Parts: sequence; C-alpha cells; structure tokens
Amino acid sequence: MKEIEVKEKEGIEEEHPMKHLLRMDRIPHIWCPTCGIGTVLTSFATALEKSEIPLDDISVVSGIGCSGRIAGYIKLDSFHSTHGRAIPFATGLKLGNPKLKVVVFSGDGDIVGIGGNHLIHAARRNMDMVVLCINNFIYAMTGGQVAATTPLTANTSTSPYGNYENPFNLPHLVASCGAVYVARWTALHVRRLAKSMGEALKKRGFSFIEIIAPCSTIYARRNRLGDGLSLMKFYHDNSIIKHGADTRELDIGFQSKIIVGKFVDIERPTFLDSLNEWNRKVLGEKFREYGGPIDD
Amino acid sequence: MKANPKNVLTGQHYLDGDHACAEGALSAGCNFVAGYPITPSTEVVERISERFPFVGGIFIQMEDEMASMASVIGAAWAGAKAMTVTSGPGFSLMMENIGLAAMMEAPCVIINVQRGGPSTGLPTLPGQADMMQVRWGSHGDYEIIALSPNSPQECFEFTIKAFNLSEKYRVPVFVMTDECVGHMTEKVIIPPAEKIELKLRRYTKLSPEEYLPFKPEKDLVPDMVKAGDGYRIHVTGLTHDEKGYPVMNWQTQEKLVRRLVEKIRLNKDKIIEYEEEETEEAEVVLLSYGISSRVSIPAIQKARKEGIKIGVLRLVVVWPFPEKRVYELAKKVKAFVVPEMNYGQMVLEVERAAKGKAKTILVPHGGGWVHNPEDIYKAIKEAVK
Repeated sequence: MKEIEVKEKEGIEEEHPMKHLLRMDRIPHIWCPTCGIGTVLTSFATALEKSEIPLDDISVVSGIGCSGRIAGYIKLDSFHSTHGRAIPFATGLKLGNPKLKVVVFSGDGDIVGIGGNHLIHAARRNMDMVVLCINNFIYAMTGGQVAATTPLTANTSTSPYGNYENPFNLPHLVASCGAVYVARWTALHVRRLAKSMGEALKKRGFSFIEIIAPCSTIYARRNRLGDGLSLMKFYHDNSIIKHGADTRELDIGFQSKIIVGKFVDIERPTFLDSLNEWNRKVLGEKFREYGGPIDD
Repeated sequence: MKANPKNVLTGQHYLDGDHACAEGALSAGCNFVAGYPITPSTEVVERISERFPFVGGIFIQMEDEMASMASVIGAAWAGAKAMTVTSGPGFSLMMENIGLAAMMEAPCVIINVQRGGPSTGLPTLPGQADMMQVRWGSHGDYEIIALSPNSPQECFEFTIKAFNLSEKYRVPVFVMTDECVGHMTEKVIIPPAEKIELKLRRYTKLSPEEYLPFKPEKDLVPDMVKAGDGYRIHVTGLTHDEKGYPVMNWQTQEKLVRRLVEKIRLNKDKIIEYEEEETEEAEVVLLSYGISSRVSIPAIQKARKEGIKIGVLRLVVVWPFPEKRVYELAKKVKAFVVPEMNYGQMVLEVERAAKGKAKTILVPHGGGWVHNPEDIYKAIKEAVK
C-alpha cells in the first residue's frame, strides 16, 4: 500500500517533457486518443528546440478545426482566427512586424477547403511564412464531412456512399503556385517531420508541409480502418520516401501508397524582398522601407 | 502625441473624398493598408499605394475582402496602425472578420464608401443603406463606432478621428462615407502636423507574469501588447477569459460579451458627437448624416424663409446613436424629419429614442442619386402642419 502511494506521487511529480512549450494550464487537450495532431505538435516542439530562432519572435496562427486548436496549446504568441483566414491573418502579422517568424498551423479543411484562395495567393507572393497543414482527409471537428482532400471512394458523413469528388494534390498545388519549400510526411515520421519543420523554419519565403494524420474517431471508424494508432502506422508503413519527386505524381488514393519526402527547396525573393528591392530601384533614395510596429 | 510631419501633406488641396480619406489615414500614422479593389472606394487605396512607399507604410492588395479584413487584424496585433477600404459587396464579405476584430479587440479602421444596393446594385452611384449593417452586420453581440462625413474635408478629419477612437476603445471604427462624398472634389485644408493630435495605443506596463491580455482597465478597455513582445499571449475568436483562454460556459460568455458591449455603451457620452443648429426654439428638427445633411440645406433655407422654426441635428458619430439628446429634443418639438438614402434605417433609431414624444417623418430615397431638396422641404411642411 505504501509503495503504491509513493509511485503515484512520483507520477504526479513527473514533468511533461514539452512543459516549457505548452500552456500546461490548458492541458488536457481536446484531441481524441490516437489522433495524429499530438504527434505533429511534438515534432514541432522538437524542431523549435533545435532551431536557433528566439521563441519570443515566433507567432503561431491557426484557423478553425481540430488542428486549429494548436494555437491554444502552444506557449508562443498564438492567434486562433476565423475559418480559412489563418493565412491572411498571418500575412498581416508578418507585414506588421517583419521581424516575426510566422507559422500557420491548421488543417486541410481550413487551409485548403475554405481558405484555398489564400493558400495559392500566399504561395504566389512567396509570403514569408511556414504553413503546416495537417491532412486527415475529413472535416473532423464538425463530425466527419467530405473534404477537398478526401480520397476517392472514402466514406464520410456527407458522402455516405463513398466520395466521388477528386481530391487536391497539395504539394503540387502549392509548388505550382510558387512555394519555395514543399514537403510531405506522415504523423509517424516524427524525426523526419521535425527535421523538415526545422528546415522550413530556417527558410525565407513560403514553406509548406503537408502532414498525413489519422482521424481516429471519425475517418478511421467510418471507413473501418481500425483505431487511430493502427491507421497512423498504416500511413507510415505505406509511404514511400521519394525526395524531389515530380509533384504531379503525388495524388493520394483511398488507403493507397503515399509518396512522402521533400519535393521543393528553392530560392526566390520573398514578398517583402520584392517590395523593397523594386521600390528602391524605381524610387531611389526617396523610398522609405517599412519601419516596423508603431511605438517600438 | 502629435502627427509625424513626414506623413502630413500640410496645405490647401483640391481633393475628392476618397483621396482625403487616404490623407487622413496617412496623417493619423496609418502604416498598414490591405484592400481589394471595389468601386467607388478604389481611389482610397490607389492614393495609399502611391504615397506609402515615401512614408514607410505597407500596402497590400489582397485576394478578397475576407483576406483584407483578416490581415488588418493580424497587422494590428503586430503593432501596426491598420486600415481597409471597401464598398457594399466587399463590406458584406468582411463581416465575419469584423466580428473577429471586435472579439480580439483589434484597433482598426474600415472605410465604407457606400453605393446603391442590395447585391451588386449601383457600383458607381451613392447609397446610405449600410447604416444598419455596420452596426449589426456580424453575428453575435458587439459594439462598434461609426462616423459619417459629408465633405472631403470631413473625410480627412473623420478618418483621423476614427483612428483615435479605435486606439482608445480597441474596436473596429468605421468611416461611413458614400459615392457622392467619395467622388466630390472640394477644397481640403490639411493642418500642420503639430495641430493633429493622435491617440496612442495603450500598451501594458506589467511584466509577462502579471499581465492578463483581456483584463480591462477602469474604462473597460484592456491594455495591449504586440506579438513578439515576449508575453506569449493567446488571442482567440472563441469566448475567452481574461487570460485569453477559451472557456465554453455561460459565465465567461456573460462577462466577456457584457464588457465588449459596455466598453462602448458606458463610454458613449465621450464618443458621441453631433452638430446642432437652432434647436432651441425649433418646432421641427431635421436629423441627418453624411451627404443627406448637405442636400437638406436648400430645403431648410426655404422653410426658414417661410418662417418655419426648423432646427438641425447632424450626426458626426452615427453609432453609438445620441438617443439621450434625441429624447430631450423630442419632448420639445413636433417632429423629426429624417432624410436618408435608404428605405428607413437610422430613422428607426430616431423613432426609438423619441419614445413617441414627437413624430418621425422619413424622407426615403432608394439611392443612385441624392434627394431632391424639394422632397425634404415637403416633408418639413408636413411636419409642421
């Protein structure tokens, strides 16, 4: 009896390894057991620890949805904006204070579905930000409706007889719009994902990482794919690492092989580089570069 | 704080209302503008994009109005003085994020150069039919401040006022102009920078350990920080406590929404502004705002020539509405005559505030052109009958 008491006490005193990066007063989180988002957040924490960027300089922006809740748990300046508008919100943050490192952390429904227009324009402008898009193939928070990323034939609550709409190929979409860094991993590629996130954080310009994650409660259940953990393992085991793959060949089918890796890593002037360089060229000394936030 | 002389185009100019709004924003120290082109507001962002490279401001033409409004909120939280500009259809698209600005208490300015609606309506012609939309357009309970200029000079001055109010109360503040004022060219006098008083954003003096981002001060407005200041804030559109954390219960909702509403309602005597003329002996009061207040002038003059005792109450700040003053006047006068370019919006407020003590007579106009002063004159005659 005495021994058990001691053990319990030890358990309570044990510190969460990500304590300094999480808002511990908001834990437990709302994510389902074996959801992929937690793993992705852990990889992000690893990437932050390894990066040399001061944590006070990083802002995280989320939209709405399961992944959108990340902003609420991460102990950085964090903004939980409206559905689909994380990227334009982040654009305002970045331009309002160019010293900030801005990370958009959200889901496929948010970034690609309702916010798709902002995604392609931010990539086109090469807006300096990291977009981490957790793709669970479904609108999970609202109960499992069909998404712009749902694989053909997959069952959702609004495609109850199977999905017949062609999904987006995300790496190809953003690469063709001009993203300078494009990668895809699954939630179980924890080390490779963390490394990729670190590269994206270092990169100047529009970086995009798609992360394939299981929705344990809805997608897995509706499609009889076992629990979240086995689905996470399935995605991992059925992935093929192919760095530099032709992005046209990255479509994902229902329970198909998933090509992962780093597909794009190029240099191109960012939005602010172009704005400043061009104005300096055409306006000369009369041009005044943006002076940063007021009262600073 | 005084305006920065580098931003202020001191002197006498010949400007249209849209350009005057742009100069007002520059004088107010606005350094971030996001916009999507839409008639008849486009001249504002055109002038901004021409002037900003010389004063260190950032203009970005976003992909739509939802993006414009969202980026304005982001820029405000980064520490910029941010603004967007639009008209009818774009204003409708901004509504969700206007609610976000209210919820996140992001200081920002929105200029709406109103055109005829609904829908695409009359892109190149005036309207005043977004006056209720500006007050109630986003879902949920919140308060905003709106001003209505009637000349290019006022477009300049009211845009500065709008920035000052948004900094003080941390709400979206609207300049509700219209196509007629926006495209009307007149003399605009821009004073020297030292004559332009600017309200500074109130940043916290507390340490990150002590600071609560949504804990209000005495005036119900919380002190702010910027992203990157080291406070590791969380800001959300969800119902939140003083820490900024989402809390899904009625108690937190009650406390937050009540404060968002009361920070304007309890401060409204400091915010409300109107012009009054000859109301002392008046038997009828013409209540108007924006371009309709100017179109009324010939009607008022004609009525006065005939010996009708007519007073004028012209709203400078349209929202919050000066209900107390309207009630006081209602007890003394026979009627209010309310010309507006819509089929009855602000007149509903006049009616509500008058509490049956005086008649209210709407002089409606569907938009597309201003009132014929003769119609306003006829309404005045009817009011004193």
